[in-house]
Amino acid sequence: MLGLLQHFGLPVNASIQGEHIDNANVLMHWLMLILFIGWGAFFIISLVRFRASKNKTSDYTGVKSHISSLLEAAVAIIEIIALFGFSYPVWAYRVNEVPDTRDAENIRVVAQQFAWNIHYPGKDGLFGTTRSDLVDEQENPIGLDRGSPNASDDFFTINQLHIPAHKKIRIDLTTKDVIHNFKLPELRVSQDAIPGMVIPVHFEATMTSEEFLETVKGTPREGKGLEISCAQLCGLGHYRMKGFLTIHDQDGYRVWLDEEAEYLLESGDDEDDWGDDEDW
Amino acid sequence: MMVMRWQLAYPETVIPFLGYLFGEAGIMLPEQYNSLGAMHGTIMIFLGVVPLAVGAFGNYVVPLQIGAPDMAFPKLNAASYWSYFVGGVIMVASFFMPEGAARSGWTSYPPLSIFESGQTMWLIGMVFLITSSLLGSMNFITTIIQLRAPGLTWMRLPIFVWAQFVSSFLLVLAFPPLEAAAILQLMDRIASTSFFMPSGLVYAGAPVDVSGYGSPLLWQHLFWFLAHPEVYVLILPAMGIVGEILANNTRKPIWGYKSIVFALVILGFLSFIVWAHHMFLTGMGQVMSSFFQTTTMIISIPSVIILTAYFMSLWGGSIRFNTPMLFALAFLPMFGIGGLTGLPLGLAAADIYLHDTYYVIGHFHYVVAPGTLFALFAGIYYWFPKITGRKMNEALGKLHFWPSLIFMNGVFMPMFIQGLAGVSRRLYDGGEMYAHASDVLQWNEFMSISAFCLGAAQIPFIINFFMSIFVGEKADRNPWKSTTVEWAAPSPPIGHGNFDTKIIVHREAYEYGVPDAKNDFTPQTEET
Repeated sequence: MLGLLQHFGLPVNASIQGEHIDNANVLMHWLMLILFIGWGAFFIISLVRFRASKNKTSDYTGVKSHISSLLEAAVAIIEIIALFGFSYPVWAYRVNEVPDTRDAENIRVVAQQFAWNIHYPGKDGLFGTTRSDLVDEQENPIGLDRGSPNASDDFFTINQLHIPAHKKIRIDLTTKDVIHNFKLPELRVSQDAIPGMVIPVHFEATMTSEEFLETVKGTPREGKGLEISCAQLCGLGHYRMKGFLTIHDQDGYRVWLDEEAEYLLESGDDEDDWGDDEDW
Repeated sequence: MMVMRWQLAYPETVIPFLGYLFGEAGIMLPEQYNSLGAMHGTIMIFLGVVPLAVGAFGNYVVPLQIGAPDMAFPKLNAASYWSYFVGGVIMVASFFMPEGAARSGWTSYPPLSIFESGQTMWLIGMVFLITSSLLGSMNFITTIIQLRAPGLTWMRLPIFVWAQFVSSFLLVLAFPPLEAAAILQLMDRIASTSFFMPSGLVYAGAPVDVSGYGSPLLWQHLFWFLAHPEVYVLILPAMGIVGEILANNTRKPIWGYKSIVFALVILGFLSFIVWAHHMFLTGMGQVMSSFFQTTTMIISIPSVIILTAYFMSLWGGSIRFNTPMLFALAFLPMFGIGGLTGLPLGLAAADIYLHDTYYVIGHFHYVVAPGTLFALFAGIYYWFPKITGRKMNEALGKLHFWPSLIFMNGVFMPMFIQGLAGVSRRLYDGGEMYAHASDVLQWNEFMSISAFCLGAAQIPFIINFFMSIFVGEKADRNPWKSTTVEWAAPSPPIGHGNFDTKIIVHREAYEYGVPDAKNDFTPQTEET
């Protein structure tokens, strides 16, 4: 069934909890398929066998067996299995097993119309303070207070999320303006960003971007990497609120972090740092 | 609808015929797409299906089926109609206002709906539309309780009446919270309150000047507390219509009448405690998510019961394939697809991936388009002779049915594929921006062409409808040889009082094929 779903568009899974989410989907699609084929077969047989031209008079009683009660009981049992065996555990992992900020790669994501601001804590692993009155859309879109403790080595990118593979990631998600949804389809991650709330999202990637690109060779998607998609209507630019996700191996991630730290030192201000500002 | 599909298939190209409506270039802009999206949902639900299924069929058929001279409160009914009329005019007029029509989705989630233009008119329109439904539904409840003909006990009521009865309770109980919420949101927009606005927002580069401390999630709760029962308001009358037509054209009693009635009532109750399954991704904890996914799984059981009973009803019948029956039969598998694809969406774990993708769009369109709409078509073909005294043309009816069935699936089936690929709904360019959509993007054109063909497939219906009013084959009181009470009235019924004879009900609703009876149908009003 997973193969069938993937044939019909489901992308390759690239995270640990994604496997469990896919399992829930597979179970549900089995249930759907069996019910539909069962109903459909009964439907077609009935229509052919009891058409008026063949069956002149109807039978007042109709079906006498209690097979339908069995069917309903079976559906109920499968749903109980789906809930207890699949869905509750997935949700418990999602909301009760959020790793501590010290045990995971902690990143803040601040959504806004129509971009993703990615805030990294820098070497110290701690975030500086952000304040809405410091927001400057050009220089400081997240309103980072450079004077606050732990802020000096913080850096941020726009629409560029870099993470290491095989390591727990914890993203603290919020938004500056309206509701957005932070979705990483291949990692089966999706979470609304709600104004006024900070919601933790955690996951662990099982492959790097390069490994992922290997899996899509020969498809129309060949050469197109991973993305952050906005999955909640957020205004006229909703359709183009796309970010890019790069999954490095551990070493590659460290190299990238060092590069970012260097940019920060060079530019000496809050300028975002992934290359546009080299000229000045 | 069709211009939206044009935009999705051929993004940012000149729209044929209607391009001038979208400005000089004839190209749709993202904000116009969002407006059309929001208004498509609003118009289809609040100005389309509810007024047709409840307002039109309910008001016309329910009094006839219970042997009543009319609805209980004619003036309340008029108030309901005119309130609907005003609401409808406001909604449609909003397209031509300087601010344009609402563009925050039919769900109108704040803060977006507070910031975006056009929303004020939407809210005012909604207040009128909700009031209309409230007034109408109170009238239904009173009518069904008080005005049943002698002998028409509860368990002798046609399924359509039961369905209207349950939907009316849903309307009465679910609409007031949304009416209140709409007024709160209106205050947030025009009186700078912040019921739904948190503090510390920065919008378009400047801090938002509101007092703050409101909750955007409060709106979602209030909205879905209405909007989930609303889904059942859309589907229950449809199920009722299908039940009538199935019994009539299988020439046998509906199978499991009692279980269907109980399932309808239970559906009604349960529909009030599943609303937050629309909100799984808002940061919900374990307890909330467990509760709502469990109730959602439970609510699937009565739906399965009703659908199974309908399938079972076919067994042993002598099935006539006339146009109303074709639409009613098509309803079964189509609604089946709609219902079944709701299962993974209702299971929170599976929903994490599918939430707000095209899978959802496919799911509810299967419920409402080939589901409810087909049932409404079936109802129009079925009760047309009662309303006009003439039958609709069968050949044109079949010319309407078959293309509609094929193209309906052509429009909505690929949505599941796009949804599985993770393509989000409400994207102006249909997902062209995103890498994960590239495998399934080619379906957009297919769906759009299907949609245009589906539009064309309605032409025979329109011709048939208007032509049959004047030149259709004359029908007597009971052209379908049906048992329910409405067929005891003249066609069309008498202007005041409906019936020309005194109505006394002697038996259950669907006494078809009774052994040793003189006909294969025994009307409810026939004396023993």
